[in-house]
Amino acid sequence: MKFSIQVNEGPYQHQASDSAYQFTKAALEKGHECFRVFFYHDGVLNGTRLTTPPQDDRNIVNNWVELAEKHDLDLVVCVAAAQRRGIVDEGEAERNGKDATNIAPRFRISGLGQLVEAAIQSDRLVVFGD
Amino acid sequence: MSDTKNFMFLNRRAPYGTIYAWESLEVVLIAAAFEQNVSLMFADDGVFELTKGQDTAEIGMKNFSPTYRTLGDYEVRHMYVDKASLEARGLTADDLVQVEWEDWETEESVDNIVEVVDSERVAELLAESDVVFSF
Repeated sequence: MKFSIQVNEGPYQHQASDSAYQFTKAALEKGHECFRVFFYHDGVLNGTRLTTPPQDDRNIVNNWVELAEKHDLDLVVCVAAAQRRGIVDEGEAERNGKDATNIAPRFRISGLGQLVEAAIQSDRLVVFGD
Repeated sequence: MSDTKNFMFLNRRAPYGTIYAWESLEVVLIAAAFEQNVSLMFADDGVFELTKGQDTAEIGMKNFSPTYRTLGDYEVRHMYVDKASLEARGLTADDLVQVEWEDWETEESVDNIVEVVDSERVAELLAESDVVFSF
């Protein structure tokens, strides 16, 4: 089956991104396909490379990055939600006159059309959040 | 696979206090632009998103409620409200905005696409949808 995943909550505050990660990992290991993971609302905070949890805790951002590297996952952060919450890549930094970037590797910033396209192209869109 | 699906947006949160309702509306507008069959469902505190006369001046938030009334122009054809959620909050259909819809080609029109439905119908509508976005 072809899945797409929507993550609506930030890491650590809420179980949703952990659950989405575990679900995506399990689905891929069972041989399913993942068309795209789309991060929306505070979910965009999963995409900052500056995340530094204590050493004895899981690193949710790195978990996503490693999963993406292993399975060539498309990790998309919503541009409008990202701008509101300070998630910036080089293009956005240049456009908005910011002096730094913080997007994690393997993540990319794009529009809501990517979410709608994912819903059209996939057999199931699974939403994680309250 | 067909490129047109039945998209249902399930809105369960009050319009202010969190950003979910506003960011949900942004996805609705994009989905409509992709020419999908878009319907909205309002349940739990989500029924407050459609209440008339919202005034956000004193909380410093943008009042985005007028956007709901334009959804008919974006070819959103159905907006459903869960009856039990509405009644539990002391509201009736009279407290909600009306949303007009018109098909520009056939000139078919509906005065108000906001429809109050019972729980059984809510379940049916969700089951009939190809994609349910939950906000």
